[in-house]
Amino acid sequence: MTQAFKLKVANLPVWVLHVQTLQATLIARQLQTHLQQTPDFFSNTPVALGLSALNPEAQPDFAALLQLLSQHGLRLVGVQGGSPTQQAAAVAAGLAVFADAPANRSAAAPSSAPSPALVIDKPVRAGQKIYAENADLVVLAIVNAGAELIADGDIHVYGPLRGRAMAGARGNRQARIFVQGMEAELLSIAGCFQMFEDGIPADVRGKPVQIYLNPAEELVIERW
Amino acid sequence: MSKVIVVTSGKGGVGKTTTSANFSSGLALRGKRTAVIDFDVGLRNLDLIMGCERRVVYDIIDVINGEATLKQALIKDKNCENLYVLAASQTRDKDALTLEGVERILNELKETFDCVVCDSPAGIESGAFMAMYFADEALVVTNPEVSSVRDSDRILGIMAAKSKRAVEGRPPIKEHLLITRYDVKRAASEEMLKVEDIEDMLRIPLIGVVPESESVLAASNSGVPAIHEKSDVAEAYKDVVARFLGEDVPMRFTTYTKAGFFKRLFGER
Ligand SMILES: Nc1ncnc2c1ncn2[C@@H]1O[C@H](COP(=O)(O)OP(=O)(O)OP(=O)(O)O)[C@@H](O)[C@H]1O
Ligand SMILES: [Mg+2]
Repeated sequence: MTQAFKLKVANLPVWVLHVQTLQATLIARQLQTHLQQTPDFFSNTPVALGLSALNPEAQPDFAALLQLLSQHGLRLVGVQGGSPTQQAAAVAAGLAVFADAPANRSAAAPSSAPSPALVIDKPVRAGQKIYAENADLVVLAIVNAGAELIADGDIHVYGPLRGRAMAGARGNRQARIFVQGMEAELLSIAGCFQMFEDGIPADVRGKPVQIYLNPAEELVIERW
Repeated sequence: MSKVIVVTSGKGGVGKTTTSANFSSGLALRGKRTAVIDFDVGLRNLDLIMGCERRVVYDIIDVINGEATLKQALIKDKNCENLYVLAASQTRDKDALTLEGVERILNELKETFDCVVCDSPAGIESGAFMAMYFADEALVVTNPEVSSVRDSDRILGIMAAKSKRAVEGRPPIKEHLLITRYDVKRAASEEMLKVEDIEDMLRIPLIGVVPESESVLAASNSGVPAIHEKSDVAEAYKDVVARFLGEDVPMRFTTYTKAGFFKRLFGER
């Protein structure tokens, strides 16, 4: 008999949108301002809704949220956290329930040994996307606006970073980003991200910096 | 060894066709047997700028469809020996271009010509892809504004990843930055990007800077590319051709000098 499929486990990067409110207009407006600087950033991008900040009594309208997010290029595929009732409602709306982010870091780390770093020695240009799977990413050239770096490990850029960099893409909160010249459009570690639509703070702009998550899971941008 | 050179930009209206006309004419004036192909199917205008629109009988689509031979379709330029034009179709739709067809034409042209210049349409879709796919070298035409630089960056990324050379793992397309419509005064006053800013963003070697000038419009209206007249634009394109042929020519038309006392007194020459 011909084999109909192969089932494999894949740890694919997925964005988590941690909602603080269920006010649709507020979410819509802020998504709008976040994304209009980078209109082609999200297109059909899978995203999970983080519910842990919500009141457990709250009753999200998942069908409406699904539609709202899809208008911004985000495809709602599931939820994370939330009360059992909220999760049941999500399932009823056709969504998956993702396991809560493990408190134990090593559980999130891939079991296989990390691959050697992916080294790129040419400019990374607008529209290009580079993913270092289960590895660090080292770029020895400029990363231009509109380019995207993603790594499951750390990211090093020995040149100006003008595009986006996402380290710890599979949830490794220990991942860091090291940049020779900080001019990024977006930085993210383990899905906690910051955009710079209003410009980059003067004290770090164009400077060599490292980026990491502090214990409160806030992105820290620090000169070195 | 003959070369295929694509003139591309991503963004529209930056001066690709103007550059294709002047660059191919310049190569021919320097003795290179040159063919220039208009890939902008549906928006034919290379033939207008070269002043041969009335002599277009067959176009690139006719050749691809086997309705004409290359020999029948090539139009001899009226201003220089050594130069032939292959026009685009105004009437056909652009899906008529195929990779196999384009490859066949380029291979045939390479047997007779030293240089084959491909005038790319704007955008990053099929037409632009066809124009760059077989290229050995690229003139990346960029205007001193952020949107143009961004689109050039995009097309450079696509060439690096998707050209025939890239797909086959051969040495990459040789990239040249050509800045056109450069206005030294507006660059000095920071209304527009400076040459250094553009080089810093794109990081490919600069082959020339063509000043913004009304002579370009006059030239395209008369159907004689600017390189044949006396102007800064003509000089700039001649420099580009010389550098392309490996000569070491200093950059011109890049710095703004305030008109001095005598110049103000006697006016510009
Ligand atoms: N150096 C220059 N100075 C002034 N005007 C110029 C210059 N170069 C080009 N132009 C003008 O800019 C306009 C666009 O030029 P051109 O048609 O060569 O651009 P293009 O990139 O081929 O456009 P398209 O993307 O539509 O094919 C024309 O009106 C042309 O006369
Ligand atoms: Mg054109």
